[in-house]
Amino acid sequence: MILDVEKPLLELEEKILELIKVNESGKIDLSKEIKALEKKARELKKDIYSNLTPWDRVLMARHPQRLTTGDYLEAVFDDFFELHGDRYYSDDAALVGGLASIGDQTFMVMGHQKGKDTKENLKRNFGMVAPDGFRKAGRLMKLAEKFGYPVVTFIDTPGAYPGIEAEERGQFEAISKNIALMAGLDVPIITVIIGEGGSGGALAIAAGDRILMLENSIYSVISPEGCASIIWRDASKASDAANALGLTGEFLLKNGLIDEIIPEPLGGVHKDREKSYFAVKEAILRNLEMLQKFTLEELKNYRYDKYRKMGSFTEK
Amino acid sequence: MNAFFDKFKTNKPAAEAEGEGKVQAPKVPSDLWVKCSGCDTPIYRKVFEEKLKVCDKCGFHHKLSSYERISLLTEPGSFEELFTEILPADPLNFGEEYMTKLAADQKKTNLNDAVLTGKAKVGEHNVALGFMDFFFRGGSMGSVVGEKITRILEYGADNRLPVIIATCSGGARMQEGVFSLMQLVKTNAAINRLGEAGVPYIVIMTDPTTAGVAASFAAIGDVILAEPGAIIGFSGRRVIEQTIRQKLPPDFQSAEFYQKHGFIDKVVHRRMMKKTLVRILNFFNPKAKKTEDVVAEPEKQTVEV
Repeated sequence: MILDVEKPLLELEEKILELIKVNESGKIDLSKEIKALEKKARELKKDIYSNLTPWDRVLMARHPQRLTTGDYLEAVFDDFFELHGDRYYSDDAALVGGLASIGDQTFMVMGHQKGKDTKENLKRNFGMVAPDGFRKAGRLMKLAEKFGYPVVTFIDTPGAYPGIEAEERGQFEAISKNIALMAGLDVPIITVIIGEGGSGGALAIAAGDRILMLENSIYSVISPEGCASIIWRDASKASDAANALGLTGEFLLKNGLIDEIIPEPLGGVHKDREKSYFAVKEAILRNLEMLQKFTLEELKNYRYDKYRKMGSFTEK
Repeated sequence: MNAFFDKFKTNKPAAEAEGEGKVQAPKVPSDLWVKCSGCDTPIYRKVFEEKLKVCDKCGFHHKLSSYERISLLTEPGSFEELFTEILPADPLNFGEEYMTKLAADQKKTNLNDAVLTGKAKVGEHNVALGFMDFFFRGGSMGSVVGEKITRILEYGADNRLPVIIATCSGGARMQEGVFSLMQLVKTNAAINRLGEAGVPYIVIMTDPTTAGVAASFAAIGDVILAEPGAIIGFSGRRVIEQTIRQKLPPDFQSAEFYQKHGFIDKVVHRRMMKKTLVRILNFFNPKAKKTEDVVAEPEKQTVEV
C-alpha cells in the first residue's frame, strides 16, 4: 500500500534507479545527476513524512506491513511464552499474551493481534477482540499481580468485535471489568499504542500508568469513517473526520491524554524494524524504571490522579 | 468505533417516533394525546403521565427526563442538586453549530449536561444519585458527565451514602474524542474506591444503555436493575447487522436478554422500581428498614424459577 503523499517520492526513487542502470552500462557518466537526485529524494522524504495529515496517519496505522503485537513480543523481549484461554469459555486469537522477559525482569505482556494476510486475519478476526479475549487479558493481569510482574500492553485494534456471540457473552461487561481491574491493579502497567487505538476495544487493555504512542499510530473514540457517517452522513469524508477527532499522538500528548510519543523511522516502523524495536524497548524500560521508584500506594495514587485529571470542562 | 449516541436506530426518542406511521394513525391533537412508541396506540396524555409513561397495552417504557426520575424514585422535596457548576467545553473545536446544540439542550432539559447529580432520600435512606438524561445529546458521556459521575461516587464514598445511578446513554460523546473515552477509566476507578470504602453501588439501566456507558459504570454495579425493554449492549444493532450480514432478532440486546445471559440482576417495572430500591437498600442498612417495606411486594420470599 502506498499513500498518495508518498507517490512523488516513489517516482523519484524509480527514476534514480533507471539512471543508475544507464550509468552502469558505461555509455554516459550520470553520477553527478544521480547524486543531485538522491539529495533531492532525501529532502523530499523528510518533507513528506514530517508533514503527514491525520488521515495519512490513519492509513499508516492501518498499513498492511505495519509491525504487529507479535512482532514486538518476539523482538523486544528475550523470551516470550504464550498463555492461552480465558478459563471460562475459549481462547480468543485476536488477543495474545503471556510471560516475557528482558534480562532478569519478568513481564506479563499482551496485545491485540492483527493478521499479516487474509488467512491470518480470519484467524485473528482482524484484531477485533471478543469478551473471551478481554477476559483472558484480565486473567493474565491478575496473574501478573499475584507475582508482582509489571504488565505491558500493546494496542492495535479497529475496535471490539461487533458480533452476536460477543454481545451475548457480555462485551460491555468484559470491557468495563478490565478497565476497573487495571485501575486497581497492584503492579505497574505500561501501554504502547502501536497501530490503531480503536475506542473501547482498545481501552479495555489500555488503561495503563504510562501510555506511550508510536508516532504514526492513532487513538480515537470512534473510527473516522463512523464519525463521518454520523456527522456528514457520508463515510467518504473520513479524512475530514480524522482532522476533527484529535486522534494523533501530537494532539493527545498536548492535552495530557498520553505520556510520550515514540519516534518512528521515516516512512514508518516497517521501514527499519530493528530501529523501531530498539526504540520501543528503550521506552518500555525507561518508563518501567520510573514507575518502579514508586511505593505501591504512590503508584496507585499516581494512576488515580492521572485519570482523575482527564477531561475538558469549565467550572463556574 | 462503538461510541456514539445515534446509531441505535430502533430506539428513537418518543418525539421522533411519534412522527412515523402518521398515515395510519388517527389525527390527534398532540398536546392532549401521545402515541405509544411501542405499539402506536394513542394514549390520553393525562393517563400516560399517571401511568409513569408506560403503555398499558404493550408495556413500553418511554424515556424519562432526569427530573421525572427524581420524582419517580425519591421522596418529595428531599432532592438537593450537587455539582451544578460544571459546564461542557469544546476541546476539539467542533464549533458554533455544536455549541448551539449544547445550549439548546441545556434550555430544553434544564441541565448543564446529560446527567443530574445530587443527594436525596429513597424511603428512609439517604443516598447519592446520578440520573442520566437522553434528551441532552442522547445522554452521551463527555467530560462533564464523566466528572459529575466521578464526583458523586467520591461524594458517596466520603459521606458513606449508597450511590444510585440510572444510566441512559448511547455512549461516549464523539465531539470530545479521547477526552470522552478516558471518562470510562475515571468513573471505574472511582467505583473501585467506593467499593473499598464499603459503600454499595446500585445501577438502574434504562433505555438505552450502550457502548461507552454500558462498558464503564453501568456494567459493574453491586446490584444491577433494568427497566423492561431497555436496549442494552456494546455494539450498535446496525453495526452488528452490517458485520454479520443478517438481521438480528427483535429482543436481541434487550434488558430481558441480558438478564437471561447473566448480566442483570432483575428487570423491574417502573411502577415497582422505588419499592425495589428500598428493599435492596434495607439489606445494606437494616436499621432504616420499616415493616411495610417488606410486605409491599408479595413475591419477596420466592426464588424465581
